[in-house]
Amino acid sequence: MSAVTTPVKKSPGVRSTHSESSALSRWANNHRKWLFAAPAMVFVAVLIVFPVAWTGYLSLTDAEGSVRAESSFIGFQNYLDVLGDTDRFWPAVWRTALFTGVVLFFEVVLGMAIALLLWRPFRGEKWVRVAILLPLVATPVAVGMMWRLIFDPNIGAANQLLGWFGISPQPWLAGQGSALPTTMFIDIWQWTPMVVLILLAGLTAISDEPQEAALIDGASTWQRFRHVTLPLLMPTVIVAILLRGIDALKTFDILYATKGRGGGSFHEVETLNVYAYGLSFDYNDYGVSSTVLIIFFLIIIGVMWALTYRKKGMDR
Amino acid sequence: MKPRGPYRIFRAVALVLVVLALVAPLVWMVAASLKTNVDIYDTEKTFSFTPTLDNYANVLQQANYVKFIGNSLWVALAATVLSLLLGVPAAYSMSRFNMKKSALVVLMARVIPGVSLLVPWYYVFSNLQMVGGFTVLILSHMFVSLPLIVYIMMGYFDGLPAELEEAALVDGLTHIGAFRRITLPLSVPGVATAGILSFIFSWNNFMFALVLSGADTKTLPVAIFDFVGYASIDWGGLMAAATVVTLPIMVIALFVQKYVVSGLTAGATKG
Repeated sequence: MSAVTTPVKKSPGVRSTHSESSALSRWANNHRKWLFAAPAMVFVAVLIVFPVAWTGYLSLTDAEGSVRAESSFIGFQNYLDVLGDTDRFWPAVWRTALFTGVVLFFEVVLGMAIALLLWRPFRGEKWVRVAILLPLVATPVAVGMMWRLIFDPNIGAANQLLGWFGISPQPWLAGQGSALPTTMFIDIWQWTPMVVLILLAGLTAISDEPQEAALIDGASTWQRFRHVTLPLLMPTVIVAILLRGIDALKTFDILYATKGRGGGSFHEVETLNVYAYGLSFDYNDYGVSSTVLIIFFLIIIGVMWALTYRKKGMDR
Repeated sequence: MKPRGPYRIFRAVALVLVVLALVAPLVWMVAASLKTNVDIYDTEKTFSFTPTLDNYANVLQQANYVKFIGNSLWVALAATVLSLLLGVPAAYSMSRFNMKKSALVVLMARVIPGVSLLVPWYYVFSNLQMVGGFTVLILSHMFVSLPLIVYIMMGYFDGLPAELEEAALVDGLTHIGAFRRITLPLSVPGVATAGILSFIFSWNNFMFALVLSGADTKTLPVAIFDFVGYASIDWGGLMAAATVVTLPIMVIALFVQKYVVSGLTAGATKG
């Protein structure tokens, strides 16, 4: 993304004699930088910057119920309430961290393993790549519904499969303790392919020479991976973690599709995003939800900043 | 370096397992969509059952999915086209003039949690009585599409040598003329990548439509979610609905696999 670009040099000697060089066209050409960029940026400003600012304002009010209802300014009361809420807020923070940490770990480890398997050409490669693409493009809500059937305790394929190995049926999504790990599994199924694709792109960009040199020096397969491939691939791994991490923190579709409002009757899978959505649109508690959102937003920015900071350190 | 020996066997086995793990659930979904609910509840008929298209007939006719397919298509296409119109020139400017801060503003949209935008949008648009209409829905989907398009296209323009445009300027074209006649035609693969990705993400989007769509503008992911009532689930119908929404996007993705992959991995290796 941050690749160095060569700005188009102004060519002073060449005066355009083209018929397009009317006053308007000259103006447009001289101001093309902002003429091109402005529409998108205005769109973003109106639809993003302004709403985020409004969310910030709402977080300082007691807005709830109807969007037309009057609300009054209450300062940082919502923040005190939310940060002191060990019933819903902090468990949601914990679940968000746990969900993100676990899925990232498995997606990167599995993604790396699969990418290494796919690295060198083989017969049937095309078909494997097709299989890898399928979960990625599938609609997450549909994926959630699909796994709901597979993990159904009575008729699902998961328990049938366990039965063949003599393992007793599990409650999966229906269990209070097992619901969150099951949704993690679904996320890992759907998004590991993303990491595979990113790492494969990174692997393809690595030259063979350091590998061959290490081979001649008698390095074992593990040593070559650990000391040659991995260090070269590390910047790409960080990109994968960054991209997946942002999305994992914000996971909503799979959780809402499998457990519904409030992350299930016992809030088993209620992450910050699900909590904020529920406060906003299931309970219409806009003031508190805005507070949760602002805190959530700061958490995401913090995590991103930490990761890019680390990446910059490695690029040097 | 070609792998050899026992590793080849290990790799073959491992790859078969990976493919199975990725594809088997999808096969299960499609299989269930072809079963009657009686057969779905009968674990002895897991593999041997008489396929039926009744679930699809139900979903498409009674549950009105033909309309929802149309809605999804319209919203995804409109959001994609409008985002391309805004995003491609913006990405060009940001790439050529190295506008890092402006790019960051647009890319922030990829980071912000969608709910934090939905609350104010809902406030404003419900007061304007626009919630439930296509306009708001398309605008909200552009919020997903635009950053994606800018991100992909910036990478693409970074890779196009500026010398080509300079040559066009020498030949008497204006800057904008050079962009339109030289750069844009060369960027068709990039635009295709960005457009396809934007379409997929918009088609799959759930949260915005969940809040901002109405009975007439409902998109497919919301329709699937609504399929699950409080009573017992019609699994056959639900799986048919899930297949109806995922199958088209998978088929499209397979035809344009190269673009999808390059879009998803855009910017990953340049750091």
